[in-house]
Amino acid sequence: MAYKMPTQKYSGKILEVTVGSDLKLGGESVLPFYSFDGNIGNKPAIGMEIWDIFPESWPAAALNVFKDVADDPLKWAAYCVEKYKPDFICIKFEGASPDGLNRAVEECAEIAKKLADNLTVPLVIAGCQDNDKNAKLFTKVAEALTNKNYAFLSAIEANYKEVAAAVGLAYGNIVVAESSVDLNLAKQLNILITQLGVKPDKMLMNPGCAAVGYGFEYVITTLDRIKLAALEQNDETLQMPIISPVSFEAWKVKESVVTQEDIPEWGPQEERGIAMEISSAVGVLTAGANAVILRHPRSVEVIRNFITEMTE
Amino acid sequence: MALNGMQIYKLLPRKNCKECGFPTCLAFAMKLAQGGTEAEKCPYMSEEAKAQLAEATAPPMKTVKFGRGDTEYTLGGETVLFRHEKTFVNRPRFAILFSDTMTEDEIKTRIDHINAIDYTRINEEMYIEVGAFRCESQDKDKFTSLIKNVTESCPKIVPMIITENPEIAKAALDISAEKGPILFGATADNYEDMVKLAKENNLLLGVTADGKENLYELVQKIQNAGYKELLLDAKSRNLKGAFDDMVNIRRTALLSGDRTFGYPTAAFVCDMSTDKMMQLACASLFVEKYASIIVLSDMDYAMALPLFALRQNIYTDPQRPMRIEQDVYKIGPVDEESPLLVTVDFALTYFIVSGEVERSKVPAWILIPDAGGYSVLTAWAAGKFNAKSIAKALKEFDVENKVKTREMIIPGKVAVLKADIEDELPGWKVIVGPEEAAALPNFLKKYKEQNKAS
Repeated sequence: MAYKMPTQKYSGKILEVTVGSDLKLGGESVLPFYSFDGNIGNKPAIGMEIWDIFPESWPAAALNVFKDVADDPLKWAAYCVEKYKPDFICIKFEGASPDGLNRAVEECAEIAKKLADNLTVPLVIAGCQDNDKNAKLFTKVAEALTNKNYAFLSAIEANYKEVAAAVGLAYGNIVVAESSVDLNLAKQLNILITQLGVKPDKMLMNPGCAAVGYGFEYVITTLDRIKLAALEQNDETLQMPIISPVSFEAWKVKESVVTQEDIPEWGPQEERGIAMEISSAVGVLTAGANAVILRHPRSVEVIRNFITEMTE
Repeated sequence: MALNGMQIYKLLPRKNCKECGFPTCLAFAMKLAQGGTEAEKCPYMSEEAKAQLAEATAPPMKTVKFGRGDTEYTLGGETVLFRHEKTFVNRPRFAILFSDTMTEDEIKTRIDHINAIDYTRINEEMYIEVGAFRCESQDKDKFTSLIKNVTESCPKIVPMIITENPEIAKAALDISAEKGPILFGATADNYEDMVKLAKENNLLLGVTADGKENLYELVQKIQNAGYKELLLDAKSRNLKGAFDDMVNIRRTALLSGDRTFGYPTAAFVCDMSTDKMMQLACASLFVEKYASIIVLSDMDYAMALPLFALRQNIYTDPQRPMRIEQDVYKIGPVDEESPLLVTVDFALTYFIVSGEVERSKVPAWILIPDAGGYSVLTAWAAGKFNAKSIAKALKEFDVENKVKTREMIIPGKVAVLKADIEDELPGWKVIVGPEEAAALPNFLKKYKEQNKAS
């Protein structure tokens, strides 16, 4: 008997969502990288994370590369784009945190506007820890970036009405719906946001992210289940592309934070942080992330290489 | 192919003797079809019927073993393509490549790495399980002395003998058979000799052929020769091709129910890139989908930490969340003045809380009582995380003699426990911490400053 390769055909398809003017995400009609089954859609995109303030809390290992530019988000973004060619820049307004600098939202909007004016790649805007502040922040920044089609990370259950109304409806940008590692929560939030009037092709999802070793199995299972529901059952409420802020998680776990002086046998801290970032990124890409946010240039290089080899 | 209840019923004696424990043969047949009982329970079934049933109810993917004694490992036996459908059962094992054309320095670095990587993460010992020995010199003596040298230096590893030359394989087995090595290299040309060697020594046999079609034919031949302890390799050495091999071999077994490919697979990541971080990326992919032996050129701590952690996560049974052992843990260089936090024994909670404490740079103690392995709110709602369980742990782990503070910080989500705990533990004051672990660094810094001031 000769070998017969199994194929799986799906009735559903992931939406194609354009960020900025030409960064296309999603569009696949098969599981991630299953080119033997059919159309894998657009290549997953890679973004680099920058902050509006000097990132004192980053491990030195992640920071050294950027230490000469990290005091100015404009310089920092330009440096990343020119040197490492990411598909987008993720600006995280950590300075807006009421526990920290408590930067005014108007000031943040100005920074965002300047970045948008000076960059050749689209922006993804991320907030701080405070949900109320984020709602105000996203409203102001989205206004400054009207109709730019940039993604805002993110609308959560506690603030989705304000965020989705401003970002998605009033000012023509993309709403990222964030839920915590549960298919039903993700589905519910997507439904609520679309009921407000936001079009599904102006949405992305972040159904939870983690570093490997830190509840990563919940992330993988949530992504697996979302993609299977979207493709096998043609569940239209779960067909938005997925964006995973890997760097937000990978650089704060023990493996990345502990210095070589603390645990000498673990070796150089920079390598550990990079390794955690790479492994976590591959993990979510394999389960369905359509875009990942990374911090270290070495991770960007390796993940780009990985995506190229998996898709070309 | 699987049989349904009615088909099984026809194979039974149909005398309703009840000796199997079921009221009728039909009830027994139905249960058998669901996998809820065993065919052996029926004392009157014919041998022929038994054989037919065994074939029909055998799992689609075979469970195979390699190694011996304390270092015996099980591969395969998977029943689902996604962990949420049930669970993955047999984690992949990592191998480090040794070639008999490597320099002594290259060999020594790898030996040192294998011996260095040895740690425990949530009750699981992490170390490199396999040494993959590739014969490239075609020199028997050179090859066997490499195996001898490395296995003597790294007593824990199980050898994987990679050669397509049966004579060299035999020489390698002469010095390593008692370790239960993987014999890797049955091809269309040598399989008769290789099967003989594997049979004699009861070994897991690696089968390798160019492409899935050729591999399929070869596996059929080897099965016909009576050997079914196999590990498959369709020989793609680029990432995309190897991914195709892993996914489709697994799907052939589990979706098409075709047992010719119902065996575990090996991924030779060592041949896919010379960049170690790229090898890490490839290995991470194959931990998730779907290799059982992953061969890397080398592995240092930076690679081991994410790979073992990822593997532990992916192979956790979704029905049984990971628990951390109850104890009082030290985070950072603590002393008796350091603050004391309490949280639950759900591993994920502990990891997140301890990570945030670490990040705060405020050394602290974390007390973990028996909370049933649930998250904070679930454990509280289930009555597992309460004043009694906390007080019990405090006594059991002798906390009052380890710390001078008489304040304990509890998760903000269970602030209601404050009064109960203070009643249960006279002399103690409960401080309500933040609701989210992410707020701990700020909280702890302020807490420390206040304590200094007072």
